[in-house]
Amino acid sequence: MPEPSTPSAPAAAAAPPPPDTIIELRDLHKSFGANHVLKGVSLSIRKGTNAVILGGSGSGKSVLLKHLVQLLRPDRGEVWVCGKRMDLLEGDALDEMRLSIGYLFQSGALFDSMTVFENMDFILGRHTNLTPGERRARIEETLDWVDLRAKAPNYPAELSGGQKKRIGLARAIILEPQILLYDEPTTGLDPISVRLVSELIVRLRDERGITGVAITHDLLCADIITDEAFFLYHGRFIERGTLEDLRRSEHPLLREFFGE
Amino acid sequence: MAFRGVLSDDLGPFQRVMERTGELALFTVTFFRRFWRPPYEGRELVNQMDEVGTKSFVLTAVTGFAIGIVLSMQTRGTLVRFGAEAILPSALALSVVKEIGPVLTSLVLAGRLGAGMGAEIGSMRVTEQIDALEVAALKPYHYLVITRVLACMLMFPILTIWTDSLAMLGGYLESVLASGMDYRVFFNNAISALRFHDIIIDTMKTGIFGFIVAIVSCYLGYTVRGGTREVGQATMQAVVISSLLILLADVVLVRLSITFF
Repeated sequence: MPEPSTPSAPAAAAAPPPPDTIIELRDLHKSFGANHVLKGVSLSIRKGTNAVILGGSGSGKSVLLKHLVQLLRPDRGEVWVCGKRMDLLEGDALDEMRLSIGYLFQSGALFDSMTVFENMDFILGRHTNLTPGERRARIEETLDWVDLRAKAPNYPAELSGGQKKRIGLARAIILEPQILLYDEPTTGLDPISVRLVSELIVRLRDERGITGVAITHDLLCADIITDEAFFLYHGRFIERGTLEDLRRSEHPLLREFFGE
Repeated sequence: MAFRGVLSDDLGPFQRVMERTGELALFTVTFFRRFWRPPYEGRELVNQMDEVGTKSFVLTAVTGFAIGIVLSMQTRGTLVRFGAEAILPSALALSVVKEIGPVLTSLVLAGRLGAGMGAEIGSMRVTEQIDALEVAALKPYHYLVITRVLACMLMFPILTIWTDSLAMLGGYLESVLASGMDYRVFFNNAISALRFHDIIIDTMKTGIFGFIVAIVSCYLGYTVRGGTREVGQATMQAVVISSLLILLADVVLVRLSITFF
């Protein structure tokens, strides 16, 4: 049976996290009917680091990530992003916060009725006052960054899986967010593409200071990008630390996960 | 805003229907709460009007023309028996403008647009494109739903006038071939049988039918869960439910128009 939901504490009563903490979850609970997916998850992520949430299928990783942009609302608990209670925001205030967060979807989620260029211009045109020429320049610069400028006139259906991820990444950073959320950024890619996408994630942290939160079960990707790792199992973190800490853990689930 | 309840997995068939009906009502209320608020998606509204209107012109023209010919042929046989062939244009005009034109146009459009909207929005849901719009603060309800609903409300009456006109043309051609009726006699009789409010009320009611088709189809697409199979089901349900609701709404609207006009 799901635990009964209680109202979230009012914003005034909750102390914000310290300034160097860009994301903080406190005692997060989420149920879907009788399925209690998150059972009191808490975590803090420092500015300018890449955090990776590991875990098997059905452990609640995607549900957790969706709470960070409020695609899902918690039944209980607090979601702090950039010093604000995301879970209490609605309407325009929530949209304003979302602009500081980019999201790379597992499938890329490119708008398939638009070309690559239009996918990016669509977002840029609605959230900035740039002239068409300035928008074009920024889009070309961003596509250069993922090395896919030549694909600007193509439709998503004409791209490979790895290209879709990289274009998705370019679209996610077009508004220069402070935080990027990666939902299985390398799933379904060949090892070369995994390395390519993972190195882009590292460059985003190093060159632009973007904080990353990735959910993955791809260990090659995790090896490349992780500063801090969390292992989620049945809605609870059972281990946290560096990736090495998790590898050295004696917990049988972690030993099984890392294939030891 | 989540329009799909989280309790669905635990419900029986009757409760599920009730839950979905409640969600559709909430989805509809949301339209009235948001459609007058920014952002105003003018360009997308024009795109959707093109999709709904321009691309349906041939379909509705063929429908109207065929109905006109068939109605004229069927009615003529009956009227000749009573020696009342002269009232054929009036009978044709009344049946086309007051009932057959609006309802048949709306049903044909429900088939084309209901399926299209259900499939397109449903596919966007299962491929996370709607989530992508949401996290990019692009207000997907405004962009996807409000534009389509408004486009249907505006274009259904225009397409109905177009269908009615083609039906009258079909009826006239049949009359020329069957009895050599003069076009002035035909169209004078037809137009004199119609009152102004017959044309306005019975054509404008298709704006409500357009609203029904769009809101039902968008709701079913917007709340799809799962994969391609569920998108297919939503598409089929969009056509069936909007067609049934058009017929039910027609009963109510005809009753109201008789009462008040």
